[in-house]
Amino acid sequence: MTDVTITVNGREMKGSVEDRTLLVQFLRGNLGLTGTHVGCDTSQCGACVVHVDGKAVKSCTMLAVQASGSSVTTIEGLASGADLHPVQAAFREHHGLQCGYCTPGMIMTAVDMIQRHGSSLDEETVREELDGNICRCTGYHNIVKAILSAAGASQPQSIAAE
Amino acid sequence: MGVEGIGAKVLRKEDRRFITGRGRYVDDMSVPGMKYAAFVRSPHAHAKITGIDTSSAEGMPGVIGILNGQQLQGDGIGNLICGWAVSSKDGTPMKMGAWPALAVGTVRHVGQAVAIVVAETQLQARDAAEAVMVDYEELPVVTTAVDALKEGAPQLHPEAPGNLIFDWELGDKAATDAAFSKAAHVTKIHIHNNRLVPNPMEPRAALGHYDPAEDHYTCWTTSQNPHVARLVMSAFYNVAPEHKLRVIAPDVGGGFGSKIYIYPEEIVCLWASKRTGVPVKWTSDRSEAFLTDAHGRDHETDVELALDADNKILGLRVGTIANLGAYMSLFSSSVPTYLYATLLSGQYDIPAIHANVKTVYTNTVPVDAYRGAGRPEATYVVERTMETAARELGISPAEFRRKNFIRSFPHQTPVIMAYDAGDFDATLNAGMEAADVAGFEARREEAKSRGKLRGLGMSCYIEACGIAPSKAVGSLGAGVGLWESAEVRVNPVGTIEILTGSHSHGQGHETTFAQLVAERFGLPVDNVQIVHGDTDKVQFGMGTYGSRSGAVGMSAIVKALDKVEAKAKKIAAHVLEADEGDIVIENGEVKVAGTDKKLGWHEVCLGAYTAHNLPDGMEPGLKEGAFYDPTNFTFPAGCYICEVEVDPETGTTEIIQFVAADDFGRVINPMIVEGQVHGGLAQGIGQALLEGTHYDDAGQLLTASYMDYAMPRAWDLPNFKVSTNETLCPGNPLGMKGCGEAGAIGSPPAVINAITDAIGNNDLTMPATPEKVWKALNAVA
Repeated sequence: MTDVTITVNGREMKGSVEDRTLLVQFLRGNLGLTGTHVGCDTSQCGACVVHVDGKAVKSCTMLAVQASGSSVTTIEGLASGADLHPVQAAFREHHGLQCGYCTPGMIMTAVDMIQRHGSSLDEETVREELDGNICRCTGYHNIVKAILSAAGASQPQSIAAE
Repeated sequence: MGVEGIGAKVLRKEDRRFITGRGRYVDDMSVPGMKYAAFVRSPHAHAKITGIDTSSAEGMPGVIGILNGQQLQGDGIGNLICGWAVSSKDGTPMKMGAWPALAVGTVRHVGQAVAIVVAETQLQARDAAEAVMVDYEELPVVTTAVDALKEGAPQLHPEAPGNLIFDWELGDKAATDAAFSKAAHVTKIHIHNNRLVPNPMEPRAALGHYDPAEDHYTCWTTSQNPHVARLVMSAFYNVAPEHKLRVIAPDVGGGFGSKIYIYPEEIVCLWASKRTGVPVKWTSDRSEAFLTDAHGRDHETDVELALDADNKILGLRVGTIANLGAYMSLFSSSVPTYLYATLLSGQYDIPAIHANVKTVYTNTVPVDAYRGAGRPEATYVVERTMETAARELGISPAEFRRKNFIRSFPHQTPVIMAYDAGDFDATLNAGMEAADVAGFEARREEAKSRGKLRGLGMSCYIEACGIAPSKAVGSLGAGVGLWESAEVRVNPVGTIEILTGSHSHGQGHETTFAQLVAERFGLPVDNVQIVHGDTDKVQFGMGTYGSRSGAVGMSAIVKALDKVEAKAKKIAAHVLEADEGDIVIENGEVKVAGTDKKLGWHEVCLGAYTAHNLPDGMEPGLKEGAFYDPTNFTFPAGCYICEVEVDPETGTTEIIQFVAADDFGRVINPMIVEGQVHGGLAQGIGQALLEGTHYDDAGQLLTASYMDYAMPRAWDLPNFKVSTNETLCPGNPLGMKGCGEAGAIGSPPAVINAITDAIGNNDLTMPATPEKVWKALNAVA
C-alpha cells in the first residue's frame, strides 16, 4: 500500500492505495466521486476523463500513485456552486446527452478542447478530437453543436439551419 | 398548448444531475457490508466441465465464498427461459435447451459463467476468480447458423437435434407460388444481416442484498423493465418470492434492448448474497459485456420478388436462417418471427407473401432484441430488394416504390399486420426535397471530376411499435401481457407525482411525461415528479422497449389524468356551486366557463385532502391509477436518403448527407424526438459501415473490445437532416406512434443502396468496410 495526496476539486485528499489502483478507482471507490464513469477496459471510451493539472486525462490510464501531488478536477468540481459551467449549460441547452453515462467524460474533454482552441473551434476539429470519447445515444450531432456553442464558435451550415 | 405542453421543446428535467456528475447508476450504489463479485467464465466455446478446483482460490486474501452451478441447482434455482413460445410449421413446440445461470456439465459459448467468487474488494475477487481451476474437455464448435444446420455439425443441446430450434412459416405459400408463376420479372438477392453488439455505454451491473432479519431481497440492476425482472426471477427462477423481492433500476446508462433480459449475473448475485450473508455487487467490464450481453441481428436470407409487366409487385418469398446463439434468450424467439416477418410487406401493397424462418443454436453469445429487433432485418430485406429490382428494371427507385405504395387505410397485409394510418408519399416527398434528389446527378458529375464516386440510396421503412395488444401477442405465444400502468398522485399542495411502469434509460421520460400534465392542467413541469424503476414504488409495469413508452406508457398516464381531472372538476363544481360540465382547468386554475368564478388548482387539491367540503359520498384524496392495453400496434414510417462519396483508391466511404423524414404521429417534445432519431441513425450507420462481430473457428470472439469492434465515433458520422410529418395514430389517445428505433431500422439499407449505387456493384455486405468496398468496386471495374 502506498500513501497518496491528491488535490481533488480544490480539496486536499489523502488515501492509502494498492499500487495497482487506477486514478478512476481511487476517485470512485475511495472518495465516492461516482460522477467519473468507467465504460471500457481499453482506454477507448473516455467516460472517465478528468483534468489532471488542467489537462484532460483518461483516469483509467493513470495510477492513483502517479497522480499523487497533482491537482485533479472531476465533473463534480466543474460548476461553481449552483452555477453551471458554460459547457454543462450548453450540453443541456442543445440536448447533448441522453442516458448521461458518457456525459461527464464528454464535458471534461470539451472543456479541455475549448481551453486549447477557443472560438476558433470548428466542426471538423471537434469531431476529430472526440475520437477518444464514445457516445452510443446521441449520434454526436447535438454534442458537436453543444461544444461549438459553448466555445462561441460558429455552427456549420447544416446545423445553423436548424 | 402551453409553453411546456405537447409539442414544446422543453429542456430536460433530468439533465442537471447527469451534467454535474450526480446521476446514480447501479455501480454507484453502496450498502453497508457490501462485498464484490467476479465470475469465473469459460475460455472455451464448447466443452465438458470435468472438474472445478477452488482450493487455492479459497485461501486467497479477502475471499468470502466461491459458488458453482451444482450448488445453485441444489438450492432449487431454475434455468433461464425464453418467454415467447413459437412453434414449427408442423406444430411442434420450439426446442429449448437447458440454460443454468452457472454452467453445469457443459459450457456452450466463450464467456459463459461457471462460478462466482465473492471477496472483500473487486480486485481480490478478480484475482481469486483467475485462480479457480476448471478442467474442461473440449468439444467441436460451430459458430454460424448455416454451418450448424449441416449434416454432421457439432450438436449443442440434446433437446434440439440438428441444432434446429424451430422451422416456422408465415403467410400463404400456395398464393405466393401462384404469384411467382405468373411473374414477368423476378428479382433475387441474398441478404446477410451482420451480428451486432448493443454496447450501451454503461456496462451491466447487479447488487444483490438479502436481509435475513426481514427474509427480504433487494436487487439493484441495470434493467429496462424491473417489474418483469422481479416477476421472472420469482415465478420462473425461484430466486425469491415476488412479495419479498424488490427490484430497483435506478439511472440506467442506455439499453437498446440488451437490458430487457434477466441475465445469469443478477440471479446469481441475489442467490450468493443469501448464501454468503453479505450484499454482493458485480459490475461487468467491457470485455464481459461483449461476451455476455445479448447480441443482435445475425440473419442469412434469400429473397425473391415477383413483379408483373407493369412493375407492380405480385409476391414476395423470403427464407431466413437466424442464429440465436448458444441459448434461447428471454424474447429471442419473437425477434426473427413476429417482429420480423410481419413487417415484410413494408410500405407496399403486396398481395402474397410467404416467409420461412429457421432458428439455430451455435456456440456464440445468445442473440435477442437489439434496437429495432426484427424490424431492421425486415426493412433491410425489403428495401435492398426494392432497390435491386428498380436497378434491374432500369427505373427510378423512388418511382418504383411510389408505384407500389399502400395508399388506403386501414390496410391488411398478408402477414398479420393491419396498418391503421400513414402517408408514405408525404415522407418520400419530404425526404427527396430535403436531400435535393433533383440536383444529385450534377453533384455526381462534380464528384467524378475530383475522382470520387457519388451514390444516392433510399429506404422507405415501416415498423410496428407500441407493442402491443396483450390478447394479440398472447395468441402469438407471448408469455406476458404488454399493457402499461400509471398512477397520478396529486399532493395536497397541488404538485404531482406520476408513477409509471415505463423505464427511462436515456429517453427523457422525466420531461416528456411531465409535459402531459403541463398540457392538461397548465402546471409547470417543475411541479411534476416522474417516479419509475422501483418495484416498491410502482405497483407493476412492463418497461421500456419496442418504442412503447409513448404510445403505451403515456396512454396509461392520459387515462389516469382523465380520472384525476374528472374528480377535480366534481370537487370544484361542488365548491363553486356550478355545473360540472361548465368547469374548465387551464393555467393552473379551475374555472367556471364564462364567469369569473374560479379556484386555484392548489385549492382544489387541498380541498380533496381536507375533505371539509366534498360532494356527498365522495372519497377524500386525489390519486388515480390506470392500466392501458393498446388496441393495435402503431406504425411509424418514413423515408431515409443517404448520399455517399467513395474514394476508389482506398474504398473509403464518406457520408456526405443523411436525410430522415419520419412520421411518428404526435410529437410531444421535438428536441427529444430528434435526439432519438440521431442516435438510431448512428447505430444503423454503424451497422452499415463499421460494426462487425467476428468469431474464429474455435468460437473465440475476435471483436471483444473497443480496440476491435468498430463503434461509431464522432468522426464517422455526419450532421443529420431530420424532419417529421404527423399522421396521427388513430389507435391511442395521443395519436403517438413511437420514435425510438426508426433511425436504426431505416438507415442500413439507405447506406448500402447509396454505396452500391456509387460503385456500380450490388454485391456488398455489411459492414461495408473500405476493404469490402474496394474489392466490390474492383470486381466490376
